[in-house]
Amino acid sequence: MLDVHKAFGNKEILKGFSLTVEDGETLSVIGYSGSGKSVMLKHIIGLMQSDRGSVHVDGKDVAALNRSGLTELRRNVGYVFQFAALFDSMTIGENVAMGLRRIPDMDEEEIEARVRECLSLVDLHDVHERYPSEMSGGMVKRAGLARAIATGPKYLLYDEPTTGLDPVTVKVIDRLNIRMKEELGVTGIVITHDMDSAYRISDRIAMLYEGKMRAVGTVEEIRNSEDPLVRAFIEGRPELMEGMS
Amino acid sequence: MPGLTHPALAPIESVGRATLALVRAIGQGGYLAAGAVRALRSTDIWAPHILTQMYQIGVASLPIALFVSMFTGIVLALQASYTLTGGVPEYFVGTLVGKTMILELGPVLTGLALAGRVGASIAAELGTMRVTEQIDALETLAYDPLAYLVVPRVAAGLLMFPVVIALAITIGVVAGWVTSISLLDMGSPQFVKGLKMFFDGFDVTFAMIKSVSFGLVVTGVGSFFGFHTVGGAEGVGRATTRAVVVSTMLILVLDAFWAAALL
Repeated sequence: MLDVHKAFGNKEILKGFSLTVEDGETLSVIGYSGSGKSVMLKHIIGLMQSDRGSVHVDGKDVAALNRSGLTELRRNVGYVFQFAALFDSMTIGENVAMGLRRIPDMDEEEIEARVRECLSLVDLHDVHERYPSEMSGGMVKRAGLARAIATGPKYLLYDEPTTGLDPVTVKVIDRLNIRMKEELGVTGIVITHDMDSAYRISDRIAMLYEGKMRAVGTVEEIRNSEDPLVRAFIEGRPELMEGMS
Repeated sequence: MPGLTHPALAPIESVGRATLALVRAIGQGGYLAAGAVRALRSTDIWAPHILTQMYQIGVASLPIALFVSMFTGIVLALQASYTLTGGVPEYFVGTLVGKTMILELGPVLTGLALAGRVGASIAAELGTMRVTEQIDALETLAYDPLAYLVVPRVAAGLLMFPVVIALAITIGVVAGWVTSISLLDMGSPQFVKGLKMFFDGFDVTFAMIKSVSFGLVVTGVGSFFGFHTVGGAEGVGRATTRAVVVSTMLILVLDAFWAAALL
């Protein structure tokens, strides 16, 4: 992402945001609520187009892709939505199978087996026939993750995957995240407010502040950052920001 | 605009804002329509949903459509009998019921009833999907949302509105006939004579042309407002209301247009 600007009406959300993500790494993006993290993530997959600047994935300019180019890109990307965004008129099994049905030559038996495998990876059992409205928030969130990983994507974009989950489930999700990276070489971008989780899963951490990149570095570099804004965020101490604009 | 805050300029500002909103809506509508036409190529996405939509838009709308037309037929027969007095032959009741149901009230009243039932339902469903990011989720799963959501609904509207309206017209005429023979002291032969007297095959064609255009308007407008919903529950409510209001207005405009163009 290079010098990305995005505004909604008069409100400028991204003000020249730049970021490079290396193949095979997990990069967590932290930042205050409303700082534009989700907007940034949606640019990567072409759900939003920048007003200025460019976003390149695998060397291709996302804004210049036509419908079939975007479809091709999206086949390689799994997206975990903040509130799961499961299709509420479908069962959990049907939700997870949705992406698989876009893969040519995959028969129903293979789809069924893959759905069960993905659901068990996120610790969900016997929920195949249940509807999202019949499940808890944490279960719905895990089902959203199962749907995102079902097609075996090369890139995974997580929009707050652990927010609102219990500590045990957070660890399950984190382990799955690490496994995706280590065993399958999946590149991950994770938006999170959970610093413990960010430290566990990340190769690098970036902080977005007021529409721009405030800091980026390895876990250790961010942990030891002397930037008061970064310190205030990672330590949850607003008093460190006093006197700053 | 910060500069236009003087109270005297407020009306100009309102007109300007409304004009911009209208131009934007026309642009978005054109973009949606072009995208939906392009999405027709993705038959593997939309074709599996067409029967479900035909059922939901057509079959499930029959009770309200037939209810409206049945009572319209009854009232038409009674009012025709009340109006046609003096030297006017009684069989003109059949003429009036038939002509009015086929040319005007069958298509328009059914269209308006379906604007409420079908248009509102499409706008609310797609609007909810928009605000809960389900439409974005479809895109991330490599589905064209226009092919998945809009094409089957519009196609079902185009196919099923004529069917529903044809049945509504039939029920309306039958209700008028039953009313005539049971309440108006008129025989069946008289009613049928009046019905046949000014019947023209083109009337049915005219009604079907109107029905197809109403189907396009109701499903297209519902899809448009649902697809462009912003905000949460309030946004969905707003989109639903607008879908019903705009498709109601467009039905009436189209009704006048077809009358001027074809009669």
